[in-house]
Amino acid sequence: MKLLEMNHIKKNFDGVPVIKDISLSVKEGEILAIIGPSGSGKSTLLRCATMLETISGGEILYLGKRAAWMENGKPEFPKKEERKEIQSCFGLVFQNFNLFPHFSVLKNVTDAPVKVQKRNKDEVYQEAKILLGKMGLADKADAYPYQLSGGQQQRVSIARALAMKPKMLFFDEPTSALDPELTGEILKVIKGLAAEHMTMVIVTHEMNFAKNVADKIIFMDKGVIAEEGTPEEVFSSDNVRMKEFLGKLSEE
Amino acid sequence: MSFEVMLRQLTVGFGQTFLIFILTLVFSLPLGMIVYFGRVSRFRPLSWLVKIYISIMRGTPLMLQLLVWYFGPYYLWGMSIGGYKLTAILLGCSLNYAAYFAEIYRSGIESIPKGQYEAAALLGYSRGQTFFKIVLPQVVKIVLPSVTNEVITLVKDTSLVYSLSYVEMFAVAKQIAAAKTTVLPFFIAGVYYYIFNYAVAWIMERFEKKLDYYR
Repeated sequence: MKLLEMNHIKKNFDGVPVIKDISLSVKEGEILAIIGPSGSGKSTLLRCATMLETISGGEILYLGKRAAWMENGKPEFPKKEERKEIQSCFGLVFQNFNLFPHFSVLKNVTDAPVKVQKRNKDEVYQEAKILLGKMGLADKADAYPYQLSGGQQQRVSIARALAMKPKMLFFDEPTSALDPELTGEILKVIKGLAAEHMTMVIVTHEMNFAKNVADKIIFMDKGVIAEEGTPEEVFSSDNVRMKEFLGKLSEE
Repeated sequence: MSFEVMLRQLTVGFGQTFLIFILTLVFSLPLGMIVYFGRVSRFRPLSWLVKIYISIMRGTPLMLQLLVWYFGPYYLWGMSIGGYKLTAILLGCSLNYAAYFAEIYRSGIESIPKGQYEAAALLGYSRGQTFFKIVLPQVVKIVLPSVTNEVITLVKDTSLVYSLSYVEMFAVAKQIAAAKTTVLPFFIAGVYYYIFNYAVAWIMERFEKKLDYYR
C-alpha cells in the first residue's frame, strides 16, 4: 500500500523554480533515501511533503487522502480536522534537532502525545521511558537539551517523533550537524528503526549509509530526479551528474 | 520641621509613588502584549495605526503626554477634570510603557528560531498551544533583563507626575525643600528611590535565576 504519493510536485520561491515536476511514492515499510548536491531541492521536497512549505504545483497524498493540491493555481489544504489526521501520519527529524529547550527530555517526548493527541498520561510516560531506553537515554529523562551532546539531542528528537506513533518518519539530513562519531550513533538508531520496518524517507549526505539501509534511492539534481532505483542501480549508474557527484565525494 | 515629620510626609508621598508604579505595571505589561499583536497584525490598517502609536509614545516626552492626557479633555471639550488626575496619570504612564513593552516583546518573540514553530507544527500543536506553551515561556526568559531596565526607569519616571501637581514623593520633597530652604528632603527621596530600585532589581534577578534551569 502506498503511504505517500507525491505527483508532479513543483515549488517556486519568488518565481524561481526549486523543484521541477517531481513524482515519487513510498510504500509501507519502504525506506527511501534522497541524495544529491546542496541546493538540489532535497530539503525543500521534504518540507513540501511534511507540509512545512506550500507547493506550487502537483498534489500530495497520504494513504490515498489528499494532503495538498492545486485549485485555480493556488495551493489547497484539507480542513483542520482532516489535516490533523493526515499530519499524524508522519513525523520529521530535523537537521538541527529543534528540541524545546525549556522542556526536560521526558517532557519533550511526552508533551505532544498528552496535550495534542490527548492520550492517557501514564501510558504515554511509560512508553516514553521505554523509547528513551531504546535510544540509550534512560538516565537522561530529567536532563534539559542544553546538557546533552548533539547526538543525544538528535536521539531525543527521534524519540519525540516516534512517541507520536507516526506511520512514517522523515529525516532531514539528521547527521549534518554532528561530528563523525555522533553521526555513527544516529545512523545506528536509524538502522535499528529499519530493522523494525519503520517506513522512512531520509535526506542524507551519508552515501554508504544510504546504500546499506535504503530500499530505493533518489538522486536529485537542480530540482529534478536525475536518477532513481535500487542502491545497486543508482550507484552503478552511468548518469554523468551522478558520477560527478560521487566522484567528488570519494575524492574527499 | 523635624526630621521625623519630614520623613513621615515623604513616606506618605512614597505611598502614592508606589501606587502609580504598581498600577502602571499592572496595566502596561499585559497591554504591551496586546499592542504587540496589533503591531504584527496581518490587517494592515491596524498594524499601521499601532506603529504610529508606538512612534508617538516613544518620540515625545512622557511629561508632555501626561499634560495632554490631563489637560486635553478640558481644553478640547471643556470637560471638568476635577478628580480625574490619577486616571490621567495611569492612562498616560500605562499607554507610554505599553509601547515600550510591546517592542521588547517583539524583539523577544522574533528571536525565537523558526525551527521551534516548525517542530511544534509537526507535532500538531495548535497556534495557541504553540504560542503559550512553546514560544512565550522562552520569550519571558529572553526579555526579562530588558523588562527589568524598563521597570527601573518607571520607578524614576513616576516623579514626572509632579508636573500635574499630583502629590507623590517627589512633589512632597520639592514642596518641603522650597518651604524650608533645605536640600535634605531631596536626599531622603533619593534614598527612597534607590532602595526601591534596589529591591526591584533584586526581585527581577530572582526571576531570572528561576529561569536559569535551561539555556
